[in-house]
Amino acid sequence: MARAFTPKVITANDLIEGDVVYLTAEDCWTRTLSEAEVLIDEAVAQERLLMAEAQTETVVGVYLFDVVVGENGPEPTHFREDFRRTGPSNYHHGKQAEQAHV
Amino acid sequence: MYNYNEFDAAFVAERNRQFRAQVERRVAGNLTEDEFKPLRLMNGVYLQLHAYMLRVAIPYGTLNSAQMRQLALLAEKWDKGYGHFTTRQNIQYNWPKLNDIPDMLDALAGVNMHAIQTSGNTIRNVTADHFAGAAADEVADPRPVAELLRQWSTDHPEFQFLPRKFKIAVTGAENDRAVIKAHDIGIQVVERDDEIGYRILVGGGLGRTPMIGKVINEFVSEADLLPYVEAVVSVWNLLGRRDNKYKARIKITVHEHGIDEIRARVEERFARIRPAFTGIDQALFADIKAAFATPDFRNESTAIFETAYKTDPIFRSWGDTNLADHHAPGYAIVQISLKAHGKTPGDATAEQMRAMADLAEKYGHNELRISHEQNVILPHVHKSDLPAIHSELKKHGLATANIGLISDIIACPGMDYCALATARSIPVAQQIATRFEELKLENEIGELKIKISGCINACGHHHVGHIGILGLDRAGVENYQITLGGDATQDAVIGDRTGPGFAYDEIIPAIERIVHAYLDLREGSEETFLQTYQRVGLAPFKTALYEEAKAYAAE
Repeated sequence: MARAFTPKVITANDLIEGDVVYLTAEDCWTRTLSEAEVLIDEAVAQERLLMAEAQTETVVGVYLFDVVVGENGPEPTHFREDFRRTGPSNYHHGKQAEQAHV
Repeated sequence: MYNYNEFDAAFVAERNRQFRAQVERRVAGNLTEDEFKPLRLMNGVYLQLHAYMLRVAIPYGTLNSAQMRQLALLAEKWDKGYGHFTTRQNIQYNWPKLNDIPDMLDALAGVNMHAIQTSGNTIRNVTADHFAGAAADEVADPRPVAELLRQWSTDHPEFQFLPRKFKIAVTGAENDRAVIKAHDIGIQVVERDDEIGYRILVGGGLGRTPMIGKVINEFVSEADLLPYVEAVVSVWNLLGRRDNKYKARIKITVHEHGIDEIRARVEERFARIRPAFTGIDQALFADIKAAFATPDFRNESTAIFETAYKTDPIFRSWGDTNLADHHAPGYAIVQISLKAHGKTPGDATAEQMRAMADLAEKYGHNELRISHEQNVILPHVHKSDLPAIHSELKKHGLATANIGLISDIIACPGMDYCALATARSIPVAQQIATRFEELKLENEIGELKIKISGCINACGHHHVGHIGILGLDRAGVENYQITLGGDATQDAVIGDRTGPGFAYDEIIPAIERIVHAYLDLREGSEETFLQTYQRVGLAPFKTALYEEAKAYAAE
């Protein structure tokens, strides 16, 4: 039997800035994971992925990654995605720095 | 130093013009990412985890002060105020925006620099001994050969779509500081019956299948060098496995066909192409050699140095670790550590880059070098200037006295930046350095090279570290494998794996157990870690690593 589908979020990097973005339910790209759309149906996820991949003028490197839904919305299950939504550990750069100003 | 001629300048300007137009077309939506990606890679532009990355070549690790200042300018104007020097003598900027990169490339062209062939399946930046032209043990300066190869390989029409990337390193000394045995081609300048020639090795490499390079030719004459190297790359270009990227490097080709068959094919190819090299390359080579003439050294007392060495213990300690022998009397090679305890190995701020550029201009014949060990070198310094240099370095956090010691760690960017990484490297390096600084054991331990890679591609050279650390993803958790006894010198050896890996929070204590085992096992402080390892083997270290951990856990 095929493995059960686990909740996912669509991510990419912004074409110009290169920073990490997530797809929202409103078809926009957000810098904040908690605002991302959580996909729980495999067929819908594939369809949304195709739509996102077609946006080559906005983003680069579109893919789905696993999340669990917590109190503040989706949380990554893998450390790679945790680093992507935070920034590097050696400097206070990237999202961790930018979101502190918001 | 080599300065661009009109041809070089026009070539780089044209490439930059093309790339600017390619970026514009990409942004306007006229190129898809699939179309654009090979174009950006040809110009050193990667997409990493958090941003784009621009990798700039520093051919054979040689820079002048104006170039270093320009690198500082790029860091400040288009990045976050710093740059990262890599194990292949390049510099990487971790935060450029795509539409700024054409301006960055133009700024580089202004000081004879570029990012061409720092990525993709081409012949990459040719690296060399960072002590080139200064080392006391050198047969000849390897940089003219490296520059000749740079010119030959840049946009070489036959070699723009190789089976995989191809890396060449050159050394002019028997003591190998350029890791030539871990390169696709390693070249050693040698002398035979008063004639300069080249010993050629092929098929070295690290990555998932580490191999030590094999000698394919003991002596290739100066006039035969380019056609011979061209023959090697040509034979591999045809034979190399394009069906499987993990088997595409020349090390696998040499392994599968055997060095004797490769040698025979190279000889055959060489015989065919040699007549096409009619001597223009040799005329060019003569000009290049002239550009690398030894500076005029001064003959002066070194008394100031000797007094400072006797009276200032901090200066003495720095001198003991960070200076190397120069061939000219009264001179020294200064190694500036980019490994301050707790900092990121290989990173320098714009301010630090400018400070080093100023020192090179004032005291060092305007020359700087980047080592594959991610440090900066002032190759020609009169000893009487050393106290002033040291005092200036201290002001900029650049006087760390740890070259060759446990905190002088090579570390790849790892999962803090790199899209290929499977685990982090930088924080492991930071914690090891900080831990042994706290223990005040660094000088007691002596020479010990730790090298850390954040994935199997081995940019951090872990296989040839005395202690190698490889970060992996094991079931969604960072896990670190240890190898021991590797050696990156002329006696190159791939390290032995100790056994199961360690979690992120277990790796520092594991390194500590290895080091304590060494201190217990060594026959006096003169015996280095590597010598002890070679004498006693893996077994006692394994016991220390695994049995002692169990014993502690049971307590």
